[in-house]
Amino acid sequence: MRELFNIFWSFLKIGAFTFGGGYAMIPLIQYEVINNRRWLSEREFVDLLTLAQAAPGPIALNTAVFVGYKERKYLGALAAVLGVVVPSFVIILLVAIFFNNIRQNPWVDAAFRGMRPAVVALIVAPIVGLTKGMHWALIAVALAVALAVWYWGISPILFLVAGALVGILIAAYRGKGVER
Amino acid sequence: MIATLLQLVWSYLKIGFFGFGGGYAMLSLIHSEVVVRNEWLTNGEFSDIIAISQMTPGPIALNSATYIGYEVAGVLGSVVATVAVCIPALTLMMLLTRFFLKLHNNRYVQSVVVSMRPVVVGMIMSAALLLIFPHSDDGRSFIDGWSWLIFALALLGSAKKINPILLIVLSGIAGIIIYWPQ
Repeated sequence: MRELFNIFWSFLKIGAFTFGGGYAMIPLIQYEVINNRRWLSEREFVDLLTLAQAAPGPIALNTAVFVGYKERKYLGALAAVLGVVVPSFVIILLVAIFFNNIRQNPWVDAAFRGMRPAVVALIVAPIVGLTKGMHWALIAVALAVALAVWYWGISPILFLVAGALVGILIAAYRGKGVER
Repeated sequence: MIATLLQLVWSYLKIGFFGFGGGYAMLSLIHSEVVVRNEWLTNGEFSDIIAISQMTPGPIALNSATYIGYEVAGVLGSVVATVAVCIPALTLMMLLTRFFLKLHNNRYVQSVVVSMRPVVVGMIMSAALLLIFPHSDDGRSFIDGWSWLIFALALLGSAKKINPILLIVLSGIAGIIIYWPQ
């Protein structure tokens, strides 16, 4: 029971201080899980990151499930996920209730007019890093997906499934005669 | 009411299940469900949620689930959408963790991850396109020259690794000064 609470508490801290999401929180998780609680070794942590990025869903959530499950099976995973979700849930619910009333306020409106282009910049910024070192044909695929989703409103799910199928086919083709 | 709740659950199960590539890649998926399909939000409101999400803790998928759930169906809606977005990660990651060592070096898993990468990058690009060139005039991100100036400065700041929360706050202050209410 105490261990379950520790899992919940650690991930509550992680959930409460992960501003900006995703990669920004990796150092925090690293500190909590490796140095503070000693739930994972450095090596296991690297494996965890690979897995958390390969699986769908937010990295914070995936990490929570991995560590919680490893320590205390299903209940551990549940305790960790609750820990991650609760701070974000409470804060956003308060914002949603509050924001509804102040959205029409001219000052708030002015602030959001300023913030919208910055939001777009934050989305554009990582694209440069991600396409660096990518083969031009793959960049062309990425552009085609972007156009299809943006211009024709095709659901990105379709392309994700197609991408996964291509990956399976390539692996099956390469595997022939190489292994076994 | 029940129909709306079910639609929320279905949309956020999809977002949770197909949310590969983390935060920004999930945006185009969330946009496709929330703005295009169900029309729960306009483009402008969607952009506002991203800004709010940057300033509050937690992953954007969770933040948007809680926020949109509340907008669409009150507190019950926010609980339902938040739980729904967690379910795929919870079940899939639990399975992956169980078979972790067996799967880790599996060539199928690695090949799938590699071939999905251009799609994930494309999804981030489309999220940017959707906000720069929206299909309707409702809630544009760029309204005048100032918008483009803020965009350029924020892009520069982001390249210089300035904290995104700080960038959002600064641009909000810039917005108040530029669009000073009369």
